Amino acid sequence: MTSFFLSPAFFDQAVLGITPILLAALAGTLSERVGLFNIALEGQMLVGAFAAVAGSHFTGSLAGGVLMAVVASTLFSGLLAFGSAILRGNDIVIGISLNLLAAGLTSFLLRSLLGVSGTFSDSAMAGLTRLHIPGLADLPVIGRALGEQNPLVYLSWLLVAAIAIFLAYTPWGLRVRGIGEQADAAVTLGANAVRYRIAVTLAGGALCGLAGLQLSLGSLTLFSENMTAGRGWIAVAAVMLGRARPLPVAAACVLFGIADALGLKLQGEGLPNQITDSAPYVVTLIALVVAGLRQKIDGRKLSV
Amino acid sequence: MAFLEMIDIVKRFPGVLANDHVNLAVEQGEIHAVMGENGAGKSTLMAILYGLHAPDEGYIRLDGKTEIFRSPIDAIERGVGMVHQSFKLFESLTVWENIVYRREPRRGLFIDAKAAQRQVAELAARYGLPIDPIARVGTLPVGVRQRLEILKALYRHARILILDEPTAVLTPGEAVSLFEVIRNLAVNGCTVLLVTHKLNEVMAVSDRITVLRDGKVTDRLVTAETNPTEIVRAMTGRNVLLQVGKTARPAGEIRLEVKHLVVDGRNRRAVDDVSFALRSGEILGIAGVAGNGQSELVEAIVGLWPTDGGAILVDGKDVTALPIAGRRDAGMSYIAEDRSRTASAGTASAMDNLALGFHRRRPIAVHGLLNLREMRGWARTLIRKFDIRIAGETTPVGTLSGGNLQKIVIARELAHDAPVLIAEQPTRGVDVGAIEFIHAELVAERDRGHAILLVSAELSEIMALSDRIIVMFEGRIVASLTRAEADEATLGLYMAGGRKEAA
Repeated sequence: MTSFFLSPAFFDQAVLGITPILLAALAGTLSERVGLFNIALEGQMLVGAFAAVAGSHFTGSLAGGVLMAVVASTLFSGLLAFGSAILRGNDIVIGISLNLLAAGLTSFLLRSLLGVSGTFSDSAMAGLTRLHIPGLADLPVIGRALGEQNPLVYLSWLLVAAIAIFLAYTPWGLRVRGIGEQADAAVTLGANAVRYRIAVTLAGGALCGLAGLQLSLGSLTLFSENMTAGRGWIAVAAVMLGRARPLPVAAACVLFGIADALGLKLQGEGLPNQITDSAPYVVTLIALVVAGLRQKIDGRKLSV
Repeated sequence: MAFLEMIDIVKRFPGVLANDHVNLAVEQGEIHAVMGENGAGKSTLMAILYGLHAPDEGYIRLDGKTEIFRSPIDAIERGVGMVHQSFKLFESLTVWENIVYRREPRRGLFIDAKAAQRQVAELAARYGLPIDPIARVGTLPVGVRQRLEILKALYRHARILILDEPTAVLTPGEAVSLFEVIRNLAVNGCTVLLVTHKLNEVMAVSDRITVLRDGKVTDRLVTAETNPTEIVRAMTGRNVLLQVGKTARPAGEIRLEVKHLVVDGRNRRAVDDVSFALRSGEILGIAGVAGNGQSELVEAIVGLWPTDGGAILVDGKDVTALPIAGRRDAGMSYIAEDRSRTASAGTASAMDNLALGFHRRRPIAVHGLLNLREMRGWARTLIRKFDIRIAGETTPVGTLSGGNLQKIVIARELAHDAPVLIAEQPTRGVDVGAIEFIHAELVAERDRGHAILLVSAELSEIMALSDRIIVMFEGRIVASLTRAEADEATLGLYMAGGRKEAA
């Protein structure tokens, strides 16, 4: 077992596990920073995952899959923008409805468009291919994990940096932070909070589309019903744990990704998969409880 | 033609005519007070001037040009700035980020932070409003936050500055320096619109006054030629007693005693070794700038916040370990600072709200069930006695005006007939008429031999009602005075943390 933790496969598995959660968590981070609590990440991601497979299958090209994933998830997020940013409906209610809608819609389209139920896979379908970065890939143990991933993995980390810089150093990032913190103050200074919220929600949709793409065409090339399996919720937890700051959120995603890889490993060791599958969720729960306790000590006032 | 004119402004809200053909004329460089009770329409009028509301009729003429402001962006563009009563600031951001928001100096795609900080420092120096550009707003005291709000407007080249109840959160000393800033701005050609209901401030700083009542202008006055009585008559439509009628009476035995009380707040010691005794038949005023431990002290006394040392005694009985209900049974009632969140349930009816605290006792509760007929009768009695303007006892109290809701709270708490009454900011945000009524009720309560602990950020209220005054600063009692020893200057000094020797 010890040998496995230091094995290339373990680190590779962890990086693969991190990527979709990280992309979705970035979407959640942006939403949080304009004052929206986005719990529809799961559904947005699922739509992206399905559209990636459908796009790739019907166009016969990877580009078609990428395009479809981003476009479909962005369009789907238009519903979220309409309900949440424009009508200012309850974030929780809208989020839950969209998650249910995404699950039903993808199952329905799986049957009606692709003619199967459960899982669709097509060996001829083009998936994302691994790169080989000389130097990085030659490192011992972590070489495969760091140097031989598909382009989307690298893009996800570039996006972490880009979003961190956007928020901290650009005029638009400052406006986003202001709107999220005190929307009426931003509005009295002339910021159009609704427009920013719509833009951020749609951009989040694109990010979730990429997250779904990574799930369905990243390492495998298949779509199965509800294949996000709670990763969107883990992304929500990462946003909360990292308090919507890009770098801490990314760190939380790394933690969850490692837990995910650990789960897979323990399954290989013969533990029942019902237990090992729960590893990332158990880690999430513990992390949230620890963070919650810390906050509780800060604010001691009795509830009234 | 005046520099700024608002002409025949009409604004309707569902069920209310907030502005009824209001005319306002202000000269350049003038300090113009807009006065009126709550609901008189002054906030609506200012919101229209700042582009937050569109008028249903009428228009604005600024510097000879007819204007319609569709949003604050239009108003800011034409040189109108506003400092809201509740500050509109980003607390987690820095001073300079708050000031340059949406007008950021840029270098390429990025904000030029160096240039922004330099511009803010220059602006602050030019107008004599010292501030640290890189400080986080959340760490700043309210006086500095207000300075920041003014700087935000000046950074946007405001020629007209609207100040909405600007001294509500300031110490008397801070208020005096704010007035200096205002005069200085006016001398430099800036026009200042001062929205307030504080007579002494208007008399001290304004040039002219427009008074509103029920959405209409009732008077236009030149400050130098008028007096507070005349202003109040214009505001209320009747003669109001500005002085509370109160006769000296000897205090009785000790009712409430607080001994060496210590309360830890979130990150600091909020109440630090506070001791005092409150006797029957007296009003003990606690003065202090908001945030110096008064709230925590009161919440610890009534049982809403845990104590970290010391004791609280009611009639000699130690109640420190008792829950809220136990303390009420021991003889305490409490008018909470936040009437809409702590002291009442907004969606519940007046009947329900007035029965709170009586809901486990006969005659309201019989065998654990509420007697609705009793509750209704009880509510009607209190509504009549306290002259609460409400459609009926089943009306939700969340629909009431501040003054009427406060009367509900006060009616209920006084009905407990408890020997100790804790009154926290009992007249905050209520109009002059209701203040007069509430003050009279509190004095009557004292004359019945009850003991009252009055916490107020309003120095005039402390001065008008208290028999004795203690001043809190940073969690400690820094002064304890009889009413005769206290005057505004002395209290103001103590409230700012000054010592007697420094006077």
